[in-house]
Amino acid sequence: MGIVIVDGKEVEIGAHERLNGIQVAARAGIEIPHYCWHPGLSVVASCRMCLVEVGTRDPKTGQIVMLPKLMPACNTQAKDGTVFVTNSEKVARARAMVEEDLLLRHPIDCPICDKAGECRLQDYHFKFGQSERRAEIRPFTSRKRDIGDVFLFVDRCIMCTRCVRFTREITGTSELLVVNRGAHEEIDVLPELPLNNKLSGNVVDLCPVGALADKDFLYKQRVWYLRRHPSVCVLCATGCAIWVEENQDRVYRIKPRENPFVNRWWICNDGRYSYPVIHHPNRLRGAWQRQNGNVSSINWAGAIGQMVDKVQQARQPALCLSPFLTNEEAYLACRWIKQLHPQSTTALGPIPRQGEDERFPGGFVISGEKCPNRLGVEGVAYWFEQPPLRFNDLLARTAEGHFDVIVVLGGYIKPWIDAEQADALRRATALIVADVFPTPLSDRADLIFGMAFFAEREGSYVNRQHRLQWSARAIRPPFGSRCLGSVFWELGGMSGLYQPREVLAEIARTIPYFSAASGEIPECGVDLRVNQLAEQTVSTGQ
Amino acid sequence: MESFEPVLLANIQKPDSHTLRAYEASGGYATLRRVLKELSPAEVVEEVRISGLRGRGGAGFPTGLKWSFLPADHPGPIYFCVNADESEPGTFCNRILLELDPHQVLEGTIISAYATRATTAYVYLRYEYPLAYRRLSEAIREAYQAGYLGKNILGTGLDLDMYIHRGAGAYICGEETGLIESIEGKRAWPRTKPPFPAVEGLFRKPTVVNNVETLACVRHIMERGAEWFRSIGVPPDPNDPRDPGSFGPKLFCVSGHVNRPGCFEAPLGIPCRRLIEEYAGGVRGGRRAKAVVPGGLSTGLLSADELDTPMDFAGPIKAGCLGLGTGGVIVLDETYPIIDFLHNSCRFFAHESCGQCTPCREGTAWALQIVERIKAGRGRLVDLDLLLEIADNIGIIPGTTICGLADGAAWPIKTAIRKFRGELEDYIKRTNPKGWRSTRPVPAFSLEKTDQANSMRTPVA
Repeated sequence: MGIVIVDGKEVEIGAHERLNGIQVAARAGIEIPHYCWHPGLSVVASCRMCLVEVGTRDPKTGQIVMLPKLMPACNTQAKDGTVFVTNSEKVARARAMVEEDLLLRHPIDCPICDKAGECRLQDYHFKFGQSERRAEIRPFTSRKRDIGDVFLFVDRCIMCTRCVRFTREITGTSELLVVNRGAHEEIDVLPELPLNNKLSGNVVDLCPVGALADKDFLYKQRVWYLRRHPSVCVLCATGCAIWVEENQDRVYRIKPRENPFVNRWWICNDGRYSYPVIHHPNRLRGAWQRQNGNVSSINWAGAIGQMVDKVQQARQPALCLSPFLTNEEAYLACRWIKQLHPQSTTALGPIPRQGEDERFPGGFVISGEKCPNRLGVEGVAYWFEQPPLRFNDLLARTAEGHFDVIVVLGGYIKPWIDAEQADALRRATALIVADVFPTPLSDRADLIFGMAFFAEREGSYVNRQHRLQWSARAIRPPFGSRCLGSVFWELGGMSGLYQPREVLAEIARTIPYFSAASGEIPECGVDLRVNQLAEQTVSTGQ
Repeated sequence: MESFEPVLLANIQKPDSHTLRAYEASGGYATLRRVLKELSPAEVVEEVRISGLRGRGGAGFPTGLKWSFLPADHPGPIYFCVNADESEPGTFCNRILLELDPHQVLEGTIISAYATRATTAYVYLRYEYPLAYRRLSEAIREAYQAGYLGKNILGTGLDLDMYIHRGAGAYICGEETGLIESIEGKRAWPRTKPPFPAVEGLFRKPTVVNNVETLACVRHIMERGAEWFRSIGVPPDPNDPRDPGSFGPKLFCVSGHVNRPGCFEAPLGIPCRRLIEEYAGGVRGGRRAKAVVPGGLSTGLLSADELDTPMDFAGPIKAGCLGLGTGGVIVLDETYPIIDFLHNSCRFFAHESCGQCTPCREGTAWALQIVERIKAGRGRLVDLDLLLEIADNIGIIPGTTICGLADGAAWPIKTAIRKFRGELEDYIKRTNPKGWRSTRPVPAFSLEKTDQANSMRTPVA
């Protein structure tokens, strides 16, 4: 336990906390501007924007002795008795000068720069810069260079070298480097070795100015039109925390959301560029029924009524849950079918896998299991059926004629079922399918529902580390599609709008595996394992 | 002081002074034998500490103190780096030592490596010294053959390997952590401190970096004793408790407008005027000196009134300069325009800034832009204040950059403007009498343009 003084405010730090001046000041609500420092990267202290006055307080006499030098806050460890002064005249002058220096050769092309609106150089200039330009106005150049996965606008670069350190420390691929010297310095790649790795999109987020630009997002949308919503990536079992950024029900980009337990500050390119799937033209929309081989559109109420009738009159119904469902959807669906038909069986959909887990030197993992919520759906299914049926058993037993009505709740991103498997399920007298994309199964189903997708529904997922995270709704589903949660909410006889938080509270009360999820879910999620306390001590001890 | 006898340069006039045979003939390596036989490493460190030897590379940090920062019980290797990346404009004493008496430096290095328990030494040699490279390589080969280097040196069980690492011509590699990064094969960007190299340096192991001349001094301290060393030079100022004094002989490189430029050995504390008049034969052409750079370009300027400044570690500081620096004295005579000095120094530092810290990278380039404009006849009086502010930000508010070389970039600007403001203002008024102010793009500096601009009253559109 120690006390650090920032601009006269006392801040408490823990005994084993290693915080620098920027982090401690943030605790006191004071912003220290910085470019080159990033909590996930090594400290170089080269931008000199975070210069502050540093001193120490004598524990006995309480006397404060300040150092004559300005120190970079990013490289100054906060200890008991450390004093930071961030609002003095001297500090303000140093900051203004650094801002002026950075803007000497920086092209003022904000109107056509993708970063404008979320650019640190802009923000800090307004807060800490000078009002007048004293340097000559020279014609500026704007050179765009294709360095692989991203574009580099060479002249906008302020040489914070975050991107260089990222490729060295986090991905271990070291594609980016600094060439030339002094004011002629540039970020570049070697010939024939472009920036090309699975995490390369992160350098765009790291860039404090508009030097590195996302090829995908470039010139698509001004950032101030975008609203962002906390969400969870559904591409793999890592379950990275993300921001889904949308404007008028159209997602324009996905950005990582800091979660120290899951993805820290990064996401992989697969997740980052996965959003076009939401707006794919092939998506299933609306409710459809197949009669005598003819598919016709019907309204949702009628389709739901048919589904209820079929399940009620079934001899032996089965419910198949995909690992793409949220916990709430899976729970409501299971509860509905058990109430309606107590003999019903719960089965699990296939788990998509692709290769092994990929680990990066910086600790980032891309899971080989390509679904977001296997553990959560299994946890729900186990509560209703011990053990739930595996997908292959479901196929085999349907082929034997064991099940006559089958409800399949899909939501897979990639094709997940082949014609042979679909034929096996078709042996049932009634086949009801909810999915996102047309599959061989939906081509054979009697009732087809177009369901809402990850950014279009609210709910929780459990990742491969048993961490439950909450994902907010970012956009409305396309016209005609519905969120399955709201369908089963109504079928469960509950009134009003679908409230997934209430459902999760009920799950936490009912199912022991989810007991840790009662109460408010923090931004970084909750660990569902029983020994979570021990785990957390271990992880913070590292 | 009259009885001063040169030791560092004692041998360089002898024939074949760079060979082992000549060196041993004049008593070389006897000190090494005696030290290895009779003294423990700690005793060597203590002797150097008592002698008050301060680093000759520019910063003047006490060498014995630097060695004592090494962790006492470090289990792994300790590295020793010899800084022979002598890039400071106006300095060439290391070159003389390495070309004409390399064994003197080797002996000092081996003694110092023994004192610091280092088993590997790297000589970081400036690329532009090809003769020094050949002579030093040859000297190292001879030393290996004679058993002064390698395994079990002189049968005492001491191991030391020595390698030459040639730089690629960057000024920044003379900064100790820049040098370390460069040996590691990286871009020579100085590291942030802490950790200091004595704790975590080359290959993340404790490392000592010493200048060539410092090591040559170590050899003589061990030969003649700390008392001899303390008898030369200037004792500490009793009024300044932080002044450790300036002891020992120093190599001064006098260049510029003098009759006899060259490298001279003199006791520390010799007045600058004596150095110019007695050693370098006075200012060329019977003129007077207008300004003198006391110790390499980055230390700034002494004006003609300040020529009696004692050349010790404290003297130039009192005269408003950065410090003694490397002892590279550059004399400018009364015909030399200060604007040219300003331009030359700004161009050098803008070219050599490593580009890591914003104030130095952008500030040096900006200062050069302004000075070029002034030189081209488009200066304004406010430019001088702006230059001072830029210089302040590059390094005079201490701590604005990672390494100390940014201070060196700022000091010539600061001293030139402070001490020669009248002349610079005259120049601006003469070349730009209407105070014409351009917001138009300024073309890059070139000689033709300058001549044209100097002769014309109204600037070219």
